Amino acid sequence: MRTGLTVNGAPVAADVEPRMLLVDLLRDTLGLTGTKVGCDTGQCGSCVVHVNGLSAKSCAILAVSAEGADVTTIEGARPGEPRGLDALQTELADTHGTQCGFCTPGMVMSLHELLRRNPKPSEADIRTWLTGNLCRCTGYHSVVRAVLQLVAKADGQALSAGLEVS
Amino acid sequence: MTEMKTAQQQRTFGASLRPREDVGFLRGEAIFTADYTPPGTLHMELLRSEHGHARIVDIDTTVAAAMPGVRAVVTGADIADKLLPLPCVWIPGGVESHFPPHPYGVPGAGFVLAQERVRFIGEPVVAVVAETVYQAHDAIKAVRVEYEPLPAVTDPREALAEGAPLLHEAVPGNLNAYWTCGDKDGTDAAIAEAEVVIELDIVNQRTINNPLEPRAAVGEYDPATDEYTLHATSQSPHNHRFLLAALVLGIPFNKLRLVATNIGGSFGTKGYLYPDMPLVLFLAKRLGAPVKWVDTRNGLMRSTVQGRDHTQKVVLAGTRDGKITAVRCTSWSNLGGYPSTIGPGVATALMGRSISGPYEIPHAFAEVYAVFTNVVPLGAQRGSGRAEATYLMERLVDRYAAEIGKDPAAIRLQNMVPADRFPYDNGLGWEYDSGDYPTALRLALQRAGYDDIAAERAKAKERGKLLGVGISSYVAICGVGPSTRMSKEGMLGGTWESANVRVHPSGEIALTIGSQSTGQSHETVFAQITADVLQVDMDVIRVYRSDTQKAPYGQGTYGSRSYSVGGPAVHLASMKILNKMREAAAYFFEVAESAVDYRDGVFSVPGDADRTKTFADLAMALWYGWNLKPGMEPTLDETVFFDPPDFNYPFGSHVAIVEVDPTTGEIELVRYVAVDDSGPIGNPLVVQGQVEGSIVHGIGQALIEAARFDADGQLLTDDLRTYAIPRAADVPFFVLDRTVTPSPHNQLGVKGSGETATVPAAAAISNAICDAIGVADIPMPITPEKVWRALQDGATR
Repeated sequence: MRTGLTVNGAPVAADVEPRMLLVDLLRDTLGLTGTKVGCDTGQCGSCVVHVNGLSAKSCAILAVSAEGADVTTIEGARPGEPRGLDALQTELADTHGTQCGFCTPGMVMSLHELLRRNPKPSEADIRTWLTGNLCRCTGYHSVVRAVLQLVAKADGQALSAGLEVS
Repeated sequence: MTEMKTAQQQRTFGASLRPREDVGFLRGEAIFTADYTPPGTLHMELLRSEHGHARIVDIDTTVAAAMPGVRAVVTGADIADKLLPLPCVWIPGGVESHFPPHPYGVPGAGFVLAQERVRFIGEPVVAVVAETVYQAHDAIKAVRVEYEPLPAVTDPREALAEGAPLLHEAVPGNLNAYWTCGDKDGTDAAIAEAEVVIELDIVNQRTINNPLEPRAAVGEYDPATDEYTLHATSQSPHNHRFLLAALVLGIPFNKLRLVATNIGGSFGTKGYLYPDMPLVLFLAKRLGAPVKWVDTRNGLMRSTVQGRDHTQKVVLAGTRDGKITAVRCTSWSNLGGYPSTIGPGVATALMGRSISGPYEIPHAFAEVYAVFTNVVPLGAQRGSGRAEATYLMERLVDRYAAEIGKDPAAIRLQNMVPADRFPYDNGLGWEYDSGDYPTALRLALQRAGYDDIAAERAKAKERGKLLGVGISSYVAICGVGPSTRMSKEGMLGGTWESANVRVHPSGEIALTIGSQSTGQSHETVFAQITADVLQVDMDVIRVYRSDTQKAPYGQGTYGSRSYSVGGPAVHLASMKILNKMREAAAYFFEVAESAVDYRDGVFSVPGDADRTKTFADLAMALWYGWNLKPGMEPTLDETVFFDPPDFNYPFGSHVAIVEVDPTTGEIELVRYVAVDDSGPIGNPLVVQGQVEGSIVHGIGQALIEAARFDADGQLLTDDLRTYAIPRAADVPFFVLDRTVTPSPHNQLGVKGSGETATVPAAAAISNAICDAIGVADIPMPITPEKVWRALQDGATR
């Protein structure tokens, strides 16, 4: 089947099997390997991309059902300059919010939506939001800390005691 | 004074530098094995056993072979005379052991594809290669395998019983080995004579590591050179290259190159040989195209090595006034259907020799029955062996304290090895290198507010909650290890580590290490050591690793060894560079070496402004090689292999405070304090991340994780819908602190830190819950249902 969609701002047309997953279209057909596959069943969140502005697990969406959609992957969400980091990514780098790095692109995409919906999330908001993103390395602390640090900086506030990083 | 302080601040060793590799991860640019697809790649899929134990009656591949895009369908019979079985290279040390056969006489670890029989639910039976992943998937579905199910056994004690199904002809009674350590008679006598005897039955349940990245392998064959290249999720690339070439593929070592790109977490699972690794190489040559295989989560759950799984009877003996006099552990370790590459060694020595923990106990004895059953092969899980040992000891200590009516903290302090008693022989085979266990525990208690816990408990009660506090103290053998010693522990291979420092003519530096990161920021933390020694900017150092064609031999990342064994190698190689440069500078300056000063990248003779050379100038001079000191070789390129004189023993104490809701059994982790001592810390930010992740791993085992098999060996928890791992909302921020006791076994004084904080975590949680609800014991994972039922059964406080 022919399907057309927008990926990272550019129109894409591809012949796909009806059963092809969006994540396979992105990774295998388009070579956008920043999006990862961790579980195939929609639990881990390594494959989170934005579909029409909302974070979505691309392993649980058929490519054909993304017909006409506006899809953004980590490749389209990161700053254009080499090694550039956006505000969230900068905080994640500062707190060492990534260890093996496999879940990280999905985390970043997911947190982008959280921050768009709620620019000042509480610790509980962040932890609840990340329910759909599994990480086995960090124990989530450095990730949550990064978002809190981002919020605190936006407010011109210092982080509360106990959250500072080494 | 001021000057010294400045120099201290500038030191890179000990600085919380932001890991450089994180930028590539955050931008999604870092390449993992599954992201590597050379042109013309074909895709392999594996058909895994549907049974825990069955005879293969017939395999019909005719339909699959004729399907669109299919290039090969391979069964066990097709490769029987082409690929040798996998080897096992860490066997129970010093005892008689039995293994499946391998034609070269080494311990065998199962076939690349099943031969006539399957012995666990994930055993590969058929491999299909097709032009696309989807075609391979379709073809696998079209393969017909006729099985004759055989009686299965999944419990190690049942597997030892008379008449149990026999898994391997070469392994009588399914017993891989009966392994012991310590003083049996003395321990038995001490228990028989003791004033107080505490007994517990513990099931340290099987867990599944679940790194986020499933394993993957890409095989390539170059007919022009007759050489193979394997890209794989391997945390021991050099070792795997050796084992694959020599013992599985039967090709010259020179013909195989192994490359590990970034690895998406491991926690012990990716240090093993798996059937897919030789298969993609074999099929790449046969088909004349690269062959790629990427596992699914379901495949991972069914075939990647699993952790823990010790069933134990444990006994502690002591006096009425709180002196522990003996500890004994009988453990049945469930190795699964085949030995994994290093599983039997992990299951015996790492657990058994560690049972006495940080305590001075006159008599200790451990015995382990390592047993084959029809479940997935056992390997390491973060903290393996030491976590199981710590769990049993820390549960026993709490029970003992309750029995004699003493404070559990006081009992621990009373029995800990005193700080002036090192090196300390624990009587089970470990010689603890250095430590101050009571100080770490006191600090943890203070940070946890232990003295005020009664008031906190009363306040919780007013809110209708049951508050409990759990202490867990540990010492964890790390830094595997001295090669000669490890050979006695049954390791069939060396356990040293390496580093190469090459200074380019520009003054920039290539640091190449033999170990392999699986998320431990190697590109940063090792560069920090070199930057520290050579007093150069981090930016001029590039770290290389994990390509067997480029990196010096190394043994890989496991047992918290990369930094504490590889780090000293980096330090020694950097020192060699510095010493050679100093010698060269002295020759150029026409002064004695002792007259040469090196500071902030400049060699000079103090007080003589004409005699200075920058680091880069000197590097260039050595590159040109003109007018060198007689006998000095040109260039700066030094490789060091470091084999430590002994292991290192990080330690610490953790305190968990939980609140239980008696109406629902729900458990809230209110506070978690961890005080760990891994010696001097090279990068506190990175170690903080390792500690935090490690603790969550332990909490996962205590509260939610369990691999479950039914009686036929069917895995009931075979994806992330049925197997729980901790989520962000399951944990609060932790309170972390540390003490610093250097190890005498390497010049940096460093100890392992990648998995140590997992070791005490599960026991801290279990102890806290038992304290909260007033029960003697409750098996992991401690779910709200179990807590609720325990409360219904009459537990009261």
